[in-house]
Amino acid sequence: MRKSLAPYLLIAPSAAFLALLFLVPLVQTIALGFQRDGAWSLGNFQTMAGDLNFSDAVFNTFRIVLIVVPLQLCLAIGMALMLRHIHRGREIVLWIWSIPLGISDLAAGLVWLAILNDRGYLNSALYHLGLITQPQSYLTYETPIALLGAIILAEMWRATAIVLVIIVAGLQLVPKEYAEAASVFGASPLQIFRRVTLPLIKPSIQTALILRTVLAFEMFGIVLALGGRNVPVLVSEAYNWQYANQDYGVAAAYAIVVMILSLGATLVYLRLLRTPREQRT
Amino acid sequence: MTLRRGIFLSGVAVLCAWTLVPIWLITLGAIGGRAAVDSWPKSFGLGHASLETLASFLRIDGVLGSALTSVEVAVLCMIFSIALGAPAGYALARYAFRGATTYRLMILLTRAFPVGILALPLTVGFIHLGLYDTAIGVALMHTALALPFAVLVSASLFQAIPRELEEAAWVFGCSPVTAFRRVVLPLALPGIAATSIFAFVISWNEVFAASVLTVRHRTLTAYLLAVLSESPLHVQFAGGLMLIVPSVLFIFLVRRHLFSMWGIANR
Repeated sequence: MRKSLAPYLLIAPSAAFLALLFLVPLVQTIALGFQRDGAWSLGNFQTMAGDLNFSDAVFNTFRIVLIVVPLQLCLAIGMALMLRHIHRGREIVLWIWSIPLGISDLAAGLVWLAILNDRGYLNSALYHLGLITQPQSYLTYETPIALLGAIILAEMWRATAIVLVIIVAGLQLVPKEYAEAASVFGASPLQIFRRVTLPLIKPSIQTALILRTVLAFEMFGIVLALGGRNVPVLVSEAYNWQYANQDYGVAAAYAIVVMILSLGATLVYLRLLRTPREQRT
Repeated sequence: MTLRRGIFLSGVAVLCAWTLVPIWLITLGAIGGRAAVDSWPKSFGLGHASLETLASFLRIDGVLGSALTSVEVAVLCMIFSIALGAPAGYALARYAFRGATTYRLMILLTRAFPVGILALPLTVGFIHLGLYDTAIGVALMHTALALPFAVLVSASLFQAIPRELEEAAWVFGCSPVTAFRRVVLPLALPGIAATSIFAFVISWNEVFAASVLTVRHRTLTAYLLAVLSESPLHVQFAGGLMLIVPSVLFIFLVRRHLFSMWGIANR
């Protein structure tokens, strides 16, 4: 075997695999979305946009993403900074905080369903505290704000861990000496955080935001578990069109919208949080 | 202990409780059965608990079968991801070759896309190929999710193993394959094991693609999603618990590798 051939033989299987199961379906989705009855058209998009649920789905998806992602980033950075000050039991705390990493969005939805349903644990706790006498409903279409809050809560609970792990990994690469030097020169803890730590973990923040935002646009199980069909989001609509209506074209149109949003968000993050080459650690 | 330290530590405790208490509550909901679900107001202890509820959950038609399908899919996904990903990672770590940048770009591109959604067009192709509604079909789709991760992580694993070790083995007369097997592989194995466990968890948890690509041979997630609207709450909670337990155990197993894995996947 010639040396120069070896790396190609090693990457070939995975490259072929990704071409078949990533690039081909990607092109297929686009083709499906832009074809109606065998001819190129925007018909699927017109059907999609004309559907009653469409504007709700867009609105809900954006509301959830725009609230959840920034909150998660702040919470995760806070938790990561707290971890630096834990001396004993750091390992255990870190493990506990990263548990939700392994929990699927459907399972997370079911967890919060157990807490927030009419006779759930939240109402029971409120009853024991004497705050309510009757079970309250949070998860019906009559209580849209509470329902949205429930979804956000569940999403915060489940997916902050992934941001935390990425931020902690980034913080580990930052030498303690930088903060110490800043402190010697009289910087306050807040100044150290804003001027030293935050810029240094910018690449991690970028990665975390890209990953989280793409996954948040894909959110599906949590919404169905908590809200049923009362809270349409883009991906649940794609699922319904594919399954209930058997209309693959409109489902593909929804998929294209989700892809464009994900790609757009990624590009925005890549631009806004760019780290010049000479600043990379 | 100063007051500030006290406030700080209670903050840490609150955040731990925020993670753990919900898991405890769904456990209560799952093992309490119908009695616990219907009771009002609920107690927060193990009043109604019995493992009988979980056992009867497993006897519900379709549950055990779908759990086994889930395991099958996840194990296949684990094997595929490592078999395809580790060699590619080795190539990225050890060779400078034309096209490496393009390849890396394709790997990173998968991140900007909601890969699970690509299951939609695959339905048709899979029906033609006889892969629709099979464990292998779902596993292939899940591998597309887990493979990029496996490639990047194994690349950094191999990068961390000094090239000199391998070269020394060559000097002593090992063939490249033997040198890899006897020197590099033992050092990389713990990390590769952690990566494969992660691939298992990715597959075990995936809902959308699994729901789209199956009808009768559903995975546990797809099954739970399909019966969501018609099954009683305690069944749903039992299902949720069953999804959570293996993931939590696995995260515990890979906890030492979690940060090196994600720290690396950054670049």
